Amino acid sequence: MGSLQLLKRSPLSARIGIGIILLNAVAALFAPLIAPYGESQVVGDVWEPSSSKFLLGADQLGRDLFTRLLYGARNTISLALLITLLSFTIGIIGGFFAAVIKGWVDQFLSRIVDIIMAIPTLILALMVLSIVGISIRDLIWVIALLDSTRVYRLSRALAMDIEVMDYVEAARLRGERTWWVMRHEILPNALPPLVAEFGLRFCFVFLFISSLSFLGLGLQPPTADWGGMVRENAGAITFGILTPLWPAGMIAFLTVGVNLIVDWFLRRTSELREEY
Amino acid sequence: MINLLTVKRLKVEALDEGQWKPIVNNIDLYVDRGEVLGLIGESGAGKSTIGLATMGYYRPGCRIASGSIVFDGMDIMAASEEERRKLRGVRIAYVAQSAAASFNPAHRIIHQFAEVAVQHGVMKFSEAERKAKDLYRRLFLPDPERIGYRYPHQVSGGQLQRAMVAMAMACRPDLIIFDEPTTALDVTTQIEVLAAIKEVTTRFNTAAIYISHDLAVVVQLADRIMVLRYGNLVEEGLSRDILNNPRQEYTRRLLSARSTREARQTPGKESDMVLEVQNLSASYTKGVKVLDRISLKVRRGKTVAVVGESGSGKTSLARAIVGLLPPIEGKVIFSGRELSPELRLRDRDSLRRIQMIYQMPDVSLNPRQKVRKILGRPLSFYFNMRAREREKRIIELLRMTELPEKFIDRYPGELSGGEKQRVCIARALAANPELIICDEVTSALDHLVAYEILKLLGRLQTELGVSYVFITHDLATVRVISDEIVVMLQGRVVEQGERQEILVSPHHEYTELLLSSVPEMDPDWLNGVLERRRAS
Repeated sequence: MGSLQLLKRSPLSARIGIGIILLNAVAALFAPLIAPYGESQVVGDVWEPSSSKFLLGADQLGRDLFTRLLYGARNTISLALLITLLSFTIGIIGGFFAAVIKGWVDQFLSRIVDIIMAIPTLILALMVLSIVGISIRDLIWVIALLDSTRVYRLSRALAMDIEVMDYVEAARLRGERTWWVMRHEILPNALPPLVAEFGLRFCFVFLFISSLSFLGLGLQPPTADWGGMVRENAGAITFGILTPLWPAGMIAFLTVGVNLIVDWFLRRTSELREEY
Repeated sequence: MINLLTVKRLKVEALDEGQWKPIVNNIDLYVDRGEVLGLIGESGAGKSTIGLATMGYYRPGCRIASGSIVFDGMDIMAASEEERRKLRGVRIAYVAQSAAASFNPAHRIIHQFAEVAVQHGVMKFSEAERKAKDLYRRLFLPDPERIGYRYPHQVSGGQLQRAMVAMAMACRPDLIIFDEPTTALDVTTQIEVLAAIKEVTTRFNTAAIYISHDLAVVVQLADRIMVLRYGNLVEEGLSRDILNNPRQEYTRRLLSARSTREARQTPGKESDMVLEVQNLSASYTKGVKVLDRISLKVRRGKTVAVVGESGSGKTSLARAIVGLLPPIEGKVIFSGRELSPELRLRDRDSLRRIQMIYQMPDVSLNPRQKVRKILGRPLSFYFNMRAREREKRIIELLRMTELPEKFIDRYPGELSGGEKQRVCIARALAANPELIICDEVTSALDHLVAYEILKLLGRLQTELGVSYVFITHDLATVRVISDEIVVMLQGRVVEQGERQEILVSPHHEYTELLLSSVPEMDPDWLNGVLERRRAS
């Protein structure tokens, strides 16, 4: 079915989700062009209220909140996207290998994953990050590895389901190598639920980065990050100034948007499944 | 005399891509008390839909567009859902195709029997228990006093099917709808279930609608038959009339697809062995042999049919030949050379020369690959063909399997069952094999479609000289396609030899049992077989 037809038949919730994501994507991609001020430029008074000069007012240092929100979108979304892609690559390869090769490989990988998953993610991340440091590269790898465990579980389950199909056996009987079977027979059939999971995991990673920034171990100031902005502006609440609600609201907004799309996608893929 | 069930101008529609399309077109139907009506047709004919509609039920995605359904004076269409619910199970009962899917695996069989009666307030549990045991006895179930206290997974398929019939009879309904109850059973089990159904429906004068695609089975039980196709009535009449004087072309084809298939002409030329299995034994778990010293030979250009029921080991034999099940003793010799017992150790060319076609075309083709890729991969993998050459060869393969060229761009989901199976055959041919193992390749297809596939396979054998090992449980198929027959029972070969020999004068009693269990187009066949068995 063509994309345009798909769009026409989508329910309202999905369209809202698409709209939200588009908005954020535009903000992230064109932040340098849209933003009226620089990312860390101090241009006003502390917590100055919104006016024609500052669309949403200023933050705790006098920087334009709107600009910071745009750059926050750019920084956090691109980081979350990168991390999710990495975690999926690791998780899918691991999961597929475990499901197809079975035996010791499966035992080894699955037990490691079990151990990692047994420890609360935030605590583990804090521990590891405080040891290895919080450069962007370390941040990416740590979160990706921790997150890949969930993807591993899902991919392994999917691959095990698909692997017993006759068409996979037909490929093996031909003499195809394991890698070919995984790439051409298993992966295309595992994609629909994996794509839906991608959307969900993206949200979680996003929230995770924000939580880490809020705790001081994620993106470091002056880099704009929504979670970090909530932390920095938290003090405003005591004065009755609602500034921190803007970045917090944006986090919720984006998460809801992605979830709406993922829901719709899952509903469609379960329909697809029944067609077979 | 007023009929028990009168259906007039029934029209049922299904939602397809946003539009309502008719799946049952203006069907008139009636059933008298104590009468058995047979509904015959291929898949998609609408038989199950009609059966369910008589209870006022339709599957999600369907709706009863128009028509009247009157059961014993009560207008089903006008009745409320609550009134219909009171009817179901008590006065109209339904026996589904899959007993395993109809029973809750977490409850004992007898409790599920009693659930119907007790829930409807017809009787108390103790009375239901007694009735259950009585019915189990009448249905010839072993150990009728105690079998009800087992769980569904602890009884065999045929026994579970009969337990389901018992459950349907719990409240002594006026009408039972049997929806393909024996389709999933072995031939020898089917006979027992048919006998059980016949016994119970005659004893209690229960009316029945018997739905099946197997004409030979239906004529054993039905007084009248309705032939359906794509939701339309083709022909109806008394069973004997339909058998002896079919008026419509379609009915004639259904009859001939079973009974008078042309037997294969085999030139008696001696040819070399393409496959030899010597003393092969194999097992999945220690101690339990699934194959026990099997030996067989396949000559070049000929077909060996391996016949057996579920659990006989025929699929395990195929897996052993192909290398998926390493044997614990014995060997497989292909074209004079011994094959390595494990798939991994065989070279690509050996793999190429033996190909396999599976039973279910839905799962044997990757739903995310177009036909071009499905057929193209063996070509590039075995022969390193370039794209242009591949394209030409694929079109040739499609032609050989009688498929239109445009299918090259289609996904399996866009093909019918028969078309998918042809693609599977084409995929096997793409490798230019010497031997093709057909694992129940026609079992999941309608009879008419299956017959065409068998004819295609026969033509390909004559043209290309390819040999077949044809695994099946269906003896009618064996008649059409085989040169030699190997009969398997519980992992052993009980009989093997030339087709004519085995079919006409079998030596082993299991072979005789198998042959005599195949339903024939004769309404008196079932009674005859049962009498003969009782006498012996």
